[in-house]
Amino acid sequence: MNVETDEDLVPAVDSAAHAVGDLPVMGRIPAGASRDDAVAHLREAARLVRRRDIQMVRAAGLGHIGGEFSVIDTLVTLYLGVANISPETVADPERDRIVLSKGHAAAALYTTLAIAGFIPPQELSTFMQPQAMLNGHPARTKIDAVEASTGPLGHGLPIAVGMAFAGRLDGSSRRTFVVTGDGEMQEGSNWEALMTAGNHRLSNLCVVIDRNRLQQGARVEDTNDLEPLTDKLRAFGFEVHDVDGHDHGALLDAFAQVPSASGKPTAVVAHTLKGHPISFMSNNVAWHHKVPTQEQVELALTELEKS
Amino acid sequence: MTTVPLFDCRDAWVDTLVELAESDDRIVAVVNDSVGSSKLGPFQDRFPDRLINVGIAEQDMVGVGAGLANGGKVAFVSAAACFLTARAMEQIKVDAAYSNNHMVLVGQSPGMAYGELGPTHHSIEDLAWLRAIPGLTVIVPSDPEETAQAVRWAAQHDGPVFLRVSRMGVPAVNPDGYTFVPGRAVTLREGNDVTIIATGTVVTRALDAARLLEQDGIDARVLSMPTIKPLDHDAVLAAARDTGGIVTVEEALTSGLGGAVAETVVRHAPVPMRFVGVSDAFAPTGSIGWLLDHFGINAEGVAEAARELVAR
Repeated sequence: MNVETDEDLVPAVDSAAHAVGDLPVMGRIPAGASRDDAVAHLREAARLVRRRDIQMVRAAGLGHIGGEFSVIDTLVTLYLGVANISPETVADPERDRIVLSKGHAAAALYTTLAIAGFIPPQELSTFMQPQAMLNGHPARTKIDAVEASTGPLGHGLPIAVGMAFAGRLDGSSRRTFVVTGDGEMQEGSNWEALMTAGNHRLSNLCVVIDRNRLQQGARVEDTNDLEPLTDKLRAFGFEVHDVDGHDHGALLDAFAQVPSASGKPTAVVAHTLKGHPISFMSNNVAWHHKVPTQEQVELALTELEKS
Repeated sequence: MTTVPLFDCRDAWVDTLVELAESDDRIVAVVNDSVGSSKLGPFQDRFPDRLINVGIAEQDMVGVGAGLANGGKVAFVSAAACFLTARAMEQIKVDAAYSNNHMVLVGQSPGMAYGELGPTHHSIEDLAWLRAIPGLTVIVPSDPEETAQAVRWAAQHDGPVFLRVSRMGVPAVNPDGYTFVPGRAVTLREGNDVTIIATGTVVTRALDAARLLEQDGIDARVLSMPTIKPLDHDAVLAAARDTGGIVTVEEALTSGLGGAVAETVVRHAPVPMRFVGVSDAFAPTGSIGWLLDHFGINAEGVAEAARELVAR
């Protein structure tokens, strides 16, 4: 079978139908789970989220699959393993906050919210349909669990700084996690916010940069390079952790250090690959918002079975 | 002739904010190194922890206000109107309005208050820009009492608000016992020959124009429009039907109040209009007083516009 692709990167696949069931609600890592069990829980959740995500993008004919697959491990780790939030506490003032600043990865967020139990899994089939709450970019007025409306880049981090100030004013131990793209760090508003967070020593704030090194049109380093990124973040007053953003154990370890002992805000540079772990998408700039063919979906699902 | 006292509305703004903050610990001020220009010194002295100064960083400033709203705070984000609106427009659109956050964007020294500093520091575009944003209440108080009431209302209104606070001296123009209601015009003078609808700092000039017109035997109705959005459609349409002609007056581009009134008039009760304000121009160098005269935003300019309508 011939597979249509601009890049001719997709090997022919002997198409076997993959039954796609509804996404299960896995919820948080069970209390008392061993580290191995915790990591296994997150790994399985990430695999299922990727399965559902690619089908949502295929069905909608729109989406940002590359940056979704790079950030899914971070989102799953935060929602299922780190943040003190649950469907029951979605309105609790003392909940931890998670902001997805790279709002174009909406399908990844929605699927993660579904597997965590915040939205019904069957709702995912409405992604980008008329009047759906699952807009192409997340809107706080449409979904309770969405803390901030995002989409235009460079908005989530300043908002998260405000959330961290609110927590400090309340004398609360709640934490704020904000996930940005790396291309997004070209936005000046992010550096305004980093300077504010560093100078005010907002130790309850954690910035996660999804460092997939690709932006919409080209590699970040060939567009407007961020390096030396960790040096810059340290210079702005942050504790910085460089981690493999697809290693759930490493992510858990980094997030466990928030708030930092030093009193500084934390930055986690999560080194990832756009399109991970799909062979024909991974680290390929063409897959920023390319929509997979049905054959490509099936090939990806086959690869995810083995991941 | 007795001298009419003039007031800097920033005094009413800060006095009211401090008074509210005494009993409402949700209230926080967010500034861009604008403590002095916002006259927030007394607030900073009384509540140092509740004044967040992000420095000269307007996008961050508005985003921080939205984050505070998420945490149950009521952020009064206060900065020179020119920088607040133009520099952070996308944050106003997305973080405040689209997100329906309870936060108050306080545009200080708007219009051409900064006079000789020039068009970079003028904020005459704000009313036209902001009235285009869904869900945003746009308040332009005309005097200290209305400013104070608007601050109190905004502190309780569960949604995004833009509040224009002037520094140019204005007299008290609203009647005793006046109550500010968004979307409700204030009839400051009855009349049936023509209507003058003014907003903010220049309401007093509309009243002066009506006195000039009276000498010509023209009976002008004067409405103060304290909110550009929501607009008092009923008052506008009554004015159109009763008086047959409307002059709008604003210290702004005429696509602000003027545009808003015209849209309503044209749709439901077309009558001739005149627009007093700035039309498609950057101001030349000059003081605020000189500039208002230059653009005809004064009693004679308004009266002349009204005479044109009556003469038709």
